Amino acid sequence: MHIFKHTNFDFLKWRVHAIVLSWVIIIAGAFVFFTRGIPLGIEFAGGTSVIEKFEQPVSIQQVRQAIDKGFPGGGSEAVINSFGDPARNQVMIRVPTVGAESGTALTTTANQVENALRQANLGNFSRVGTQIVGPAVGQELRGKALLATVFSLIGILAYLAFRFQFSFGVGAVVATIHDLLITLAFLAFFRYDLTLNVIAAILTITGFSTNDTIVIFDRIRENLRSMRRDSMLHVINVSINQTLGRTVITSGTAFLTALALFLFGGEVLHGFAFTMIVGIITGTYSSVFIAAAIVSFWRGDAPTRAASHAPATATPAAPAQQQVQRKKTTKKARAS
Amino acid sequence: MSSTVRWKFITILAVFIVFGAVGVYPIAAQRYHLPAPGWLMDKQLKLGLDLKGGVHLVLRVQTDDALKSETQTEMERLREELTNRKIPFTNVALVSPTQFRVEGIPPDQDAAFRAAATETITNYDRGSSATGSYPFTMKPNIAVNLRDESVIQARQTIERRVNELGVAEPSIAQQGANGDQIMVQLPGVSDVDRAKSIIQSTGRLELKIVEQGPSPTRESLLVNGQVPNGMELVPGSSGSAGDSGTSWYMLRAAAAVTGRDLRTARPSLDENNQPAVSFSLNSDGGRRFGKVTGENIGRQLAIVLDGRVQSAPRIDGRINNDGRIYGSFTQQEAADLALILRSGSLQAGLTYLEEQVIGPTLGADSIRSGVVASMIGLLSIVVFMLVYYKLSGVNAVVALVANLVILLGLMAYIGAVMTLPGIAGFVLTMGIGVDSNVLIFERIKEELEAQRGVRASINAGFGRVFWTLVDTHIAALISVAFLFQFGTGPIRGFAVTLFYGLMSNLFTSIFVSKTLFELVLGNRAQPQTATLSI
Repeated sequence: MHIFKHTNFDFLKWRVHAIVLSWVIIIAGAFVFFTRGIPLGIEFAGGTSVIEKFEQPVSIQQVRQAIDKGFPGGGSEAVINSFGDPARNQVMIRVPTVGAESGTALTTTANQVENALRQANLGNFSRVGTQIVGPAVGQELRGKALLATVFSLIGILAYLAFRFQFSFGVGAVVATIHDLLITLAFLAFFRYDLTLNVIAAILTITGFSTNDTIVIFDRIRENLRSMRRDSMLHVINVSINQTLGRTVITSGTAFLTALALFLFGGEVLHGFAFTMIVGIITGTYSSVFIAAAIVSFWRGDAPTRAASHAPATATPAAPAQQQVQRKKTTKKARAS
Repeated sequence: MSSTVRWKFITILAVFIVFGAVGVYPIAAQRYHLPAPGWLMDKQLKLGLDLKGGVHLVLRVQTDDALKSETQTEMERLREELTNRKIPFTNVALVSPTQFRVEGIPPDQDAAFRAAATETITNYDRGSSATGSYPFTMKPNIAVNLRDESVIQARQTIERRVNELGVAEPSIAQQGANGDQIMVQLPGVSDVDRAKSIIQSTGRLELKIVEQGPSPTRESLLVNGQVPNGMELVPGSSGSAGDSGTSWYMLRAAAAVTGRDLRTARPSLDENNQPAVSFSLNSDGGRRFGKVTGENIGRQLAIVLDGRVQSAPRIDGRINNDGRIYGSFTQQEAADLALILRSGSLQAGLTYLEEQVIGPTLGADSIRSGVVASMIGLLSIVVFMLVYYKLSGVNAVVALVANLVILLGLMAYIGAVMTLPGIAGFVLTMGIGVDSNVLIFERIKEELEAQRGVRASINAGFGRVFWTLVDTHIAALISVAFLFQFGTGPIRGFAVTLFYGLMSNLFTSIFVSKTLFELVLGNRAQPQTATLSI
């Protein structure tokens, strides 16, 4: 079975449009970021979050009113959602304050929330979960996540520059940064909290995106050796088309798993799975339209003969066949 | 079947059985009550706090406390030395946790002071000043050592306390950029407040002779508006029953014995059958205690716990080894205090930075939805591969299952802890891992279309894709390495999952898949493309 058989799409024709589209999304994301900010999860922002299980059904509205009335300082900064299966009557209430850092007073705020609920007579309830994070913890986490991303990008750039060419490394890294920015933009649009899980998803996306890019680059490198007289643009286009089936299938299976996590994974995994879905789509898109496009801009339309000094890909399994293959394609290229 | 293929097949089978036994069988055994040896069940994949329920705490060690107490001790030593040598000074005072200052040294005593200071104080740098006042600052390396020591001591003390609490599989680790944070995970604990106060309690016990008091106000104990030299004022309960007000005691600053001299402590009852805590001193502490109590018969002895007088009984006779602390304790409080005293005091105070409590129902919900989502995700991959690649799809599915089994086995073997994001990472590893098979299969298809033979196509497919896979896996490993380096807690676990996933994926997609193809082709001289069914 084939999804794509001998396609011959001119992907690079759309490279400028694609780059414009990406910039539009990134700028829109930046606009939302600077006007409304990106909602930070409790582990980064600090604060108190409690999950209460009520014996009778309560509406979010009722809980909000109770917090507005009974919580010191009112509930204007409180985030209130139902948590998990609606039949369980679980409500999560998150406020940005924390009890004093000393003593057992850390839980003061959590108790104030419960007092407010008790005053509102919403029936009996019990606490099934608490999370309290002091302000000092978040900053450290943020710094580390950023460092991990920056260093892994530098590492990948170095590796690809060594295995392929410098322009390829730049293409892959720019594509990965592009994916990070697009994902953050979508997180800002859809107002998902930036939590540790989401950070883990974002870092996974960097891996996925480079993986996708490398597969295409690998084919370009291989074709560069057999298609010496063709322009870089043509070689890239042919390579993208040759790997198109694989690109779509791989992204498809990864997408299916992420979708399953999003639909059935429960409250805790929602943000994680959403980030993965966005990342898989943009990761696939960027390896075609951003990574390859950057190499094409860098190397221009000139014939590739001069620049084909890429390190040889050793294929010890079938050196003889490679010889044959090379001759054949060259013939074909001449004929066309 | 040629002998190489046979050996490959046996290798795969062996790997499958070993990893299956470690990673999969214990889970099934637990669920369906099958027989399994204990050592195997101990290796079982452990559930993280977010799935099992429990308490997660992050504390900061106030390392300044340890520095301050060291500086204070050194300052008192110098004060004593100056008094002994009859070198006059106007004031000795603490400036910061690492610095104290001596003021008002007369010019003619300057040389004598310097000599005394050099002999007595070695761990502090002496600043100079023209007006007869000298700052002493702790040497930086000494300060660093003291900070490290106080964190390690705090961790060990917390470990002892948590063990005494009887929590199964607690996890206690140092973390944070300055290394001054301690993370404590207590699975299955529901009484959070009790656990927290036991962990945090400084547990500093001092027994001191009462000079004056109790008095209802602090001011009434002052002599000429000042605390007399070598004395200190400490608050405490008034001692008379039914009076909850605070009263003040003037105590000798030097403690007769401290918690360090304790041999053991246990809950007991006082003469009115009220809960109390009995303690015994070690031989050295007992000797000193006997001397002090013998000299002070008729006076009161204050039992000071964490800077507060618990009780101040009268000394009726010489006491050598044993004592009792009473106050208005409940039975639980007495038991907890005995536990804290037994486990040793903390040199530095602790503050809570973070607290997370996961109720057992919440954990069960997470497991259910995590497992359901994973199953659906994996099944959809299996269905897709079978539909798209037909019989070769079976090959990919076998590789996928092998990958799953190996990964589960590896995780169980290294004692990894399964968290909810861990499960998600696991499933995604599978979803992305199919990529290797897709790459190979698509390449084989291309080779077949180029009218190469079946066997040659398979060899070319695996051969060419091998280096692509090496490149993608190394690039991924670079990311994983930094994720592990900079990540904390859950992110680190995530990185570990990805690492082992990449490794086992490389094995299954290349070795297992290829051997399966070789098995299918068997010894046929001219296999048909149809045999491959790709």
